Amino acid sequence: MPNAVTASLSQVHSRRGWIILVLVTAALTGGVAALNRAVPATSSLHVPDYLIPLLGKFICFGIVALAMDLIWGYAGILSLGHGLFFALGGYAMGMYLMRSIAGEGVYRSELPDFMVFLDWKELPWFWYGFSNFHFALFMAMAVPGALAFVFGYLTFRSRIRGVYLSIVTQALTYAAMLLFFRNNTGFGGNNGLTDFKRMLGYPLHDPSVRVTLFVISGLVLFATYVACRFIVGSKYGRTMTAIRDSELRVRFCGYDTTTHKLFVWTFSAVLCGLAGALYVPQVGIINPSEMQPSNSIEMAIWVAVGGRASLVGGILGAWLINGAKSWLTVAFPSAWLYFLGALFILVTLFLPQGLVGIRAFFSRTTKR
Amino acid sequence: MKRRRPQIKQRDGGRRRFFYWLLSGAVLAATGAGGHDAALGAAADLDPLLRELGSTDTDKVRLAVTALADKGDVAALPALEALNDDNLKVAPDGAVYLFDAKERVLKHPLTGATVVPEPANLRGAETNNEIRRVLEPVLAQLKLGAADPRIRLAAAEELAKGGGASATPLLRKALAAEADSGVKEALSLAVARIDLTSEDPAKRIGALQILKQLGKGTIKGEIESLLKNERDPQVKAAANAALGSMRTREFFVSAIGHVLYGLSLASVFLFAALGLAITFGVMGVINMAHGEMLTIGAYTTYAVQVFFQKHFPGAINFYLVAAIPLAFAVATLAGVALERGVIRFLYGRPLETLLATWGISLCIIQTVRLFFGASNVAVANPSWLAGGYEVASGLVLSYSRIGVVVFVIIAALFVWLLLQKTTLGLQLRAVTQNRSMAACMGINTRRVDMLTFGLGSGIAGLGGVALSQLGNVGPELGQSYILDSFMVVVLGGVGRIAGTIGAALGLGIIQKLMEPSVGAVLGKIAVLSFIILFIQRRPQGMFPVKGRIEA
Repeated sequence: MPNAVTASLSQVHSRRGWIILVLVTAALTGGVAALNRAVPATSSLHVPDYLIPLLGKFICFGIVALAMDLIWGYAGILSLGHGLFFALGGYAMGMYLMRSIAGEGVYRSELPDFMVFLDWKELPWFWYGFSNFHFALFMAMAVPGALAFVFGYLTFRSRIRGVYLSIVTQALTYAAMLLFFRNNTGFGGNNGLTDFKRMLGYPLHDPSVRVTLFVISGLVLFATYVACRFIVGSKYGRTMTAIRDSELRVRFCGYDTTTHKLFVWTFSAVLCGLAGALYVPQVGIINPSEMQPSNSIEMAIWVAVGGRASLVGGILGAWLINGAKSWLTVAFPSAWLYFLGALFILVTLFLPQGLVGIRAFFSRTTKR
Repeated sequence: MKRRRPQIKQRDGGRRRFFYWLLSGAVLAATGAGGHDAALGAAADLDPLLRELGSTDTDKVRLAVTALADKGDVAALPALEALNDDNLKVAPDGAVYLFDAKERVLKHPLTGATVVPEPANLRGAETNNEIRRVLEPVLAQLKLGAADPRIRLAAAEELAKGGGASATPLLRKALAAEADSGVKEALSLAVARIDLTSEDPAKRIGALQILKQLGKGTIKGEIESLLKNERDPQVKAAANAALGSMRTREFFVSAIGHVLYGLSLASVFLFAALGLAITFGVMGVINMAHGEMLTIGAYTTYAVQVFFQKHFPGAINFYLVAAIPLAFAVATLAGVALERGVIRFLYGRPLETLLATWGISLCIIQTVRLFFGASNVAVANPSWLAGGYEVASGLVLSYSRIGVVVFVIIAALFVWLLLQKTTLGLQLRAVTQNRSMAACMGINTRRVDMLTFGLGSGIAGLGGVALSQLGNVGPELGQSYILDSFMVVVLGGVGRIAGTIGAALGLGIIQKLMEPSVGAVLGKIAVLSFIILFIQRRPQGMFPVKGRIEA
């Protein structure tokens, strides 16, 4: 049995790779936590409290980037609707956070504030059970997963591919956004869910709770990475990559391409839901604008910038672009869209491999 | 159908009009009081009563008003109206004059002639709520005798709204004398409304039958409340019949309205989707910046409008004539630049093209914001597109919407001719079917690509002109239509003009038809689910290309 474990471990990474991976994870999560908690505020190395949720947000985006990379980089499916799965996970967690403070809202009602505001007397049926954390966490992954499964089953079965699929996914998230914007849908309309206070009894605004959430996100990212790595390295993952390169040939070889794509598609949606569930308690709000098609398209560019078919690249791309966004939208608000637009154009034109491929790009040009 | 009303010359003013009034007043006031009065004698008759209107004693004024009402002489109408509007002036000798607030002159209350020089020390006639209460029904009553059918119509509508039973004999008389069908309808509506509250069941039934014939939806509430308190089964049956026929009529009118609105929405979809379908067919590329071509077209229209306002204010009504070719040209150039600058490097990589064109669309939106501001700009319809056509009562179709539909028909025809009858069209179709084979036959596919892209963008530019006539123009204009036009392309099939037209019509009309019953949002979601299910059955769109499918 231990042999089997080592075998699968070594299938994911070499011994050296594992060491680096664990060290990097520890350095990032533990390092940031230590710099925030242990280093005195006067020190220049101190990570201020306000940065922790921001960094936590980046970690969550890293998970999303992994999910995107898995389906786009490895399976060749460009989804422009992954923001939907992310938001659904976020909503599930947000519903728990709303329910957990029942009776403490502005109106002192058992119902969430927005329902009081809409003059609803009873909790809608789809809110049942969300006062339980474990149920909410399960739903945060199950709902996006189920939706992705149904949608994927219908589309993959009818062999919708390429740009067609991208457009249909975009329409899916757009439709969901419209639905969630309605007050009557029962998720707080365009204000979404906010004013969270506690999670499992811990106050969310407390700095130590925030650091804990950050560390948990980091560990989840680590686990996600390992899982993706495992899938990519497995026989299943190899078939997936082959589907990306020529679906017809794989099918003619006797593989059921639909099932392969459906599995990775659903898994990717589940990961997004998980990321959303981690994102909401750190950011403190979830609203339908997360489902905007533009958000989902940005997710694709993270992966494109970082480098497709390179899991690390996807994560790096997400961090880089979101870092630039946080900085540019404050420093040069009108330049941000130009920057993002130029990034879309330049990366697709000149860096098809993304940042990870930059070395290859330079060595190629110098050789000429 | 549009109702034509007989146009009676109303503006030849002065004495002739005055006589006309008197005559129609005589017909109306068959009660006898003023019926056989000699025309000019009436004026002399009215004068003392008019003077009373200027009295400071409320009771005297009230009596004068009722006396004038009894006379039923329309000649007194201007003075009474002036009293109501606080424009009646009284000279120290007790004579009253009308003050024309627009021209700022005094006029004679009966002849309407301008009074020069103005008498000194005028004061305003006094009115209060008590007088107005008496005045208003009298005004309506006198107006019913006016020569101008529009005034009569307004008065009839006024009475239909708030008339008490006391007005019935008056209305009946006016109805009997009325020749104009529009006014007649309004009058019978008013009578029927009053009869609805009558004690006599036969009268109520008669009223309900009239209402059923008229089919106006506005009195539905009254019939419903009548139905609640009604005991007589016959009246009940009549009320139900009237309600039923009103509902059917309402349903049909609104259905027609939604279909027409759907048509204009479909036209916009078609404008956006035509170019998209062609470029997608030829190059396999989805251009996410296609929506911005709409924006460019709309802003070009705006710029042309501003230019005309500044330099040719006289020709402002014809700015569209310049805007249409210019919008086409600007959008075409933008499209060609886009193809040459970015897309041609990305052939064979459709997903990357998707992202790159999205980046371009972001840049264009931001540029538009920088140049024209982030808020919406207003593009005014030229006067020949303003207004609307009344299809049925309560349903007005604006000329701009009709114009857009006509415009898109012309544009689609133009595209069809281009594709079927020109060399470029032939080459374009060849490349769509089989690129490498077309290249083997000596077609310069790169050139075809460029021109196709230009053409597609140009059509979207025309769509921008159309959009600017329908609503506000803002930087995100294109974004709001692009997703729908993608859906049209997906549904219609790649590069198929007929499919695109069919899909645009279907989506536009279905969307508008569903809006009233399930709401805009759920309608859109239903349409989307329908598309996903539809592709299950026909992955190639509505009109698939027969033959081998390229893998």
